[in-house]
Amino acid sequence: MMKISKSERIFRVINCIFMIALMFITIYPLYYVAVASVSNSAELMSHTGFLYKPQGFDFGAYKIVLRNKNIISGFINTTILMVSRVSLAMVLTILGAYVVSRKNAMLAPIFMVIIVITMFFNGGMIPTYLNVRSLGLEDTMGALVLPSAINAFNLIILRNAFAAVPDELEEAAAIDGAGRIRMLCMIMLPLVIPTLMVVLLYYAVEVWNSWFEAMLYVRKKSLYPLQLVLREVLINNNATGMGSGGSGDSETMSETVQYAVMMVATLPILLVYPFLQRYFVNGMMIGAVKG
Amino acid sequence: MKTKTRTPKNDKTGFKARLVRDLHRNWSLYLLFVPVLLYYILFKYKPMAGLIMAFQNYSPAKGLLGSTWVGLQHFKEFLTLPDFWQLMRNTLWISISMLIFAFPAPIILALLLNEIRNKAFQRSVQLVAYLPHFISMIVICGLIVKFTSDNGIINDFLSMFGLERISYLNYPKFFVPIYVLSGIWTDVGWSSIIYYAALTGVDQQLYEAAAIDGAGRWKQTVHVTLPGIMPTIVVMLILQIGNLLNIGYEKIILLYNPITYETADVISTYVYRKGVLDGAFSYSTAVGLFNSMLSFMLLFIANMISKKTGEGGLW
Repeated sequence: MMKISKSERIFRVINCIFMIALMFITIYPLYYVAVASVSNSAELMSHTGFLYKPQGFDFGAYKIVLRNKNIISGFINTTILMVSRVSLAMVLTILGAYVVSRKNAMLAPIFMVIIVITMFFNGGMIPTYLNVRSLGLEDTMGALVLPSAINAFNLIILRNAFAAVPDELEEAAAIDGAGRIRMLCMIMLPLVIPTLMVVLLYYAVEVWNSWFEAMLYVRKKSLYPLQLVLREVLINNNATGMGSGGSGDSETMSETVQYAVMMVATLPILLVYPFLQRYFVNGMMIGAVKG
Repeated sequence: MKTKTRTPKNDKTGFKARLVRDLHRNWSLYLLFVPVLLYYILFKYKPMAGLIMAFQNYSPAKGLLGSTWVGLQHFKEFLTLPDFWQLMRNTLWISISMLIFAFPAPIILALLLNEIRNKAFQRSVQLVAYLPHFISMIVICGLIVKFTSDNGIINDFLSMFGLERISYLNYPKFFVPIYVLSGIWTDVGWSSIIYYAALTGVDQQLYEAAAIDGAGRWKQTVHVTLPGIMPTIVVMLILQIGNLLNIGYEKIILLYNPITYETADVISTYVYRKGVLDGAFSYSTAVGLFNSMLSFMLLFIANMISKKTGEGGLW
């Protein structure tokens, strides 16, 4: 064991303090939201200084949020999008990644180039927007499902996983007379399940958090995904129907309601994140090393 | 084993013949790619073709083929716009601030993380630090709006030192600091992963050799660790410079307002307002195209400099 010099010991202590400070700065805003969301709104408004425990204890804000029809329809829309867009994205990504990963196919490298080009060039906001309109997708769920279904980064992660599967396995299956789709489903997919998980998670997070496309392509409020409803409540401060307790304190109510809304939108991610973190990080590493 | 390979490489066979044989053998594979190809044509390449509307007076009714051509008129209009220099200045100012403050932050974090000896502590720091990356932009901006408002926690804190309570998002001079700091908060942990991965790949023997030569931790960091992760840093830097002008407009659209346009309005937010809100399709496409062309120039220059200085480039 080497001797630790004095300066190094000081450095370690400072580094440790820095890391704890970093963790605090990261966690505290979220903790603040959690605490504020279950506070009594009047008490929260009058509170100044460091907030470390709920001011009063009141689930009123959550009752308002969970009864609000915009939030509920936002949740439903996001769930529909989650199921439809993630499944479509997975199917297309699997097909694309599998084909471009085949080494003995002459067209595979050309397909790969077609995909990679889109990572560097795109039509830009307006031509993309007009394209969605000209396809008649404006104000439909299709506008939120189709235009960015495939993420090229995810496709490349999956392609690398497919390419790492030994060729002999597929050759053996081909000799047994298996068709392409059976080969893909029965042999390839089971071997890349960890990577499939990573890609699935990336897509799920992407869909859960997406809002910009909805803002561009959707006018009908009934089609708003959760994040866009949140934007109305949080950013535009347009809490229509949010303070509808009729008690006249809608102004102070909206403060805790806003925190409750943030909690509702973030809680699903916070709950699954600790268990899935290592998959996310693995995906980042695969993409970084080979991308 | 060699006899088992199905297609022995034979250069004498013509390209056409090989292609025919390949299509014959792999047609079922290529069939699987059809939906993917359709997706790319319909949603990626068709909009790219739409870029030519930058040189037209495009009207959706007439389409790309029927609209009148106006050449570079829209580019000229943008370059002579009174707001042009403000947009350029803001775009560059925000991205350079990000480059100076937000770019080195994850590198420093990765270096410091690497110095932690207690693995459990290290893992918990990582667990916490990666988290904000997964919180939605809307919620993050909601937090920023709440916390910087005149009764938010930032004012609660600063008023203890006697500072006046103000709504920071309504002051042009605070916009860029808020943008950059919240950007660091969101992504410093997540971006550090790539550097941390590079760090753990540095040959341990180099550290031992340096230690024998009498190098302390600091000298080891400067002479072993940093050179070890330099290729990663250079690649990320080139990419960052290529993206200098492509500022995430989503966050700005959520945070700015007409009072702060003076410092917050960038080219991409201008494109959004002109194109989507005002319906000036051709003009805003031209502005967007101008922006991307500048970005590509920056990328090429950065790559060239990097190659000239012997650090290697992207290509």
